[in-house]
Amino acid sequence: MFSEMFLKLWDNGLILKGIWETIYMTALSSVIAYVIGLPLGVILNITDKDGINPIYWLNRILGLVVNFFRSIPFIILMVAMLPVAKLIVGESLGNRAMIVMLVIAASPYVARMVESSLKEVNAGVIEAAQSMGTNNFQIVRKVLLPEAKPSLITGAVISMVTILGYSAMAATIGGTGLGQIAISYGHQRFNPDVTWCCVFLTVIIVQIIQEAGMRIAHETDKRVRGSKH
Amino acid sequence: MSDPVLEIKHLVKRFGDQTVLKDITLTVEEGEVIVVVGPSGCGKSTLLRCINALEEIQGGEIRLKGAEVSKTSSNLAKIRQRIGMVFQSYELFPHLSVLDNIILAPTKVQKRSKEEAKEEALALLSRVGLREKADSFPRQLSGGQKQRVAIVRALCMHPEILLFDEVTAALDPEMVREVLDVILGLADQGKTMIIVTHEMQFARAVADRVIFLEEGVIKEEGSPDQFFEEPKTERAKEFLKTFTFERKRSRV
Repeated sequence: MFSEMFLKLWDNGLILKGIWETIYMTALSSVIAYVIGLPLGVILNITDKDGINPIYWLNRILGLVVNFFRSIPFIILMVAMLPVAKLIVGESLGNRAMIVMLVIAASPYVARMVESSLKEVNAGVIEAAQSMGTNNFQIVRKVLLPEAKPSLITGAVISMVTILGYSAMAATIGGTGLGQIAISYGHQRFNPDVTWCCVFLTVIIVQIIQEAGMRIAHETDKRVRGSKH
Repeated sequence: MSDPVLEIKHLVKRFGDQTVLKDITLTVEEGEVIVVVGPSGCGKSTLLRCINALEEIQGGEIRLKGAEVSKTSSNLAKIRQRIGMVFQSYELFPHLSVLDNIILAPTKVQKRSKEEAKEEALALLSRVGLREKADSFPRQLSGGQKQRVAIVRALCMHPEILLFDEVTAALDPEMVREVLDVILGLADQGKTMIIVTHEMQFARAVADRVIFLEEGVIKEEGSPDQFFEEPKTERAKEFLKTFTFERKRSRV
């Protein structure tokens, strides 16, 4: 039923290693992308003309930078950013370099996700907080972020799945993981069962992220009936 | 007599090229209850929002015990703490329990101790009959209960003046009553308040002074008895007529 190649890959643990590498790259890139993207999203939201602290020029510049990186297709961005990866981690091959690419591609995406989640927060609630004399920092920490939490978590799930997809593409320029196994052992050596196995495993990882994320988002949502509190 | 709590002089508010408030001058004394009435769109709510610096003003000045209230003033946060505002749609924080809604600003903004703020919050909640709801979330409360919590939230900051912006407009009749009773109780305690409302009976019961606002201008000002019995202006007469039905349906 399975090709020799598949059995070989399974026996020497390459498939398990691929799963681990994919999860590790996705998780680490997501964390770093949020470290950069979350504050960026907050700044984009509050400096907007309808935000709590409008700063036109800053919002414009950040918006342009974010749009610039978001409009480059990932596969081209990767190649273009090879020197940057070399500068940051000292190599332009391998997973450490790939994580740099993923972070560069994902951070602007995350920033926009965060920005749009914060935009959903009811303006009246923010005014109520302002009317009690809270400063902008307190509004961000005590009102904006907590109010947007369910939406932020939903956004994080979507971002992680996107980053997972990117990580598979990174295989084309030297990344490892399930994407690389699918391309070099499956596609290039004509073993469709290897490719399909990688597809199947990726689907399962995505499902787990999705399920877990949605459950957490629902648990933290105090606005809906039926959630725990 | 002591200094007035609030002084508004020649206030002008424009949205684009539309002037919403034209030269409003109003003084509110300590312990006074002012009720602002008028047709919708006359600028009642905008007036309250200006007093709390939620709107930028284009002319005149607003002073709270001498301190300027303006969206651009550097100590805006300090001044806002002294002005309590209750909104039409409650604006409770959905992710916080009733108790946390109330003590958020006292602990974070006024830096009071959690224990002390909690104690006061619970005492105030008891007074409005919601002591047992302290750990509930806003979504579990009725509209009237939410509004009473919102009033307690404003009170817990010890404001020098309370602003009520059509706080019963979104409520069912029975709930209107429970909220108005709370406000009436506050008037009895001598709180200084400006109330915007469409409840004319209530306005008459609670007000020291009624202000009739139309098209951004104070058209009439007087004691509740005088305003409701013998309004001076034609416009006020017409406005008050809209609350009574003189004609009954004809039956064939």
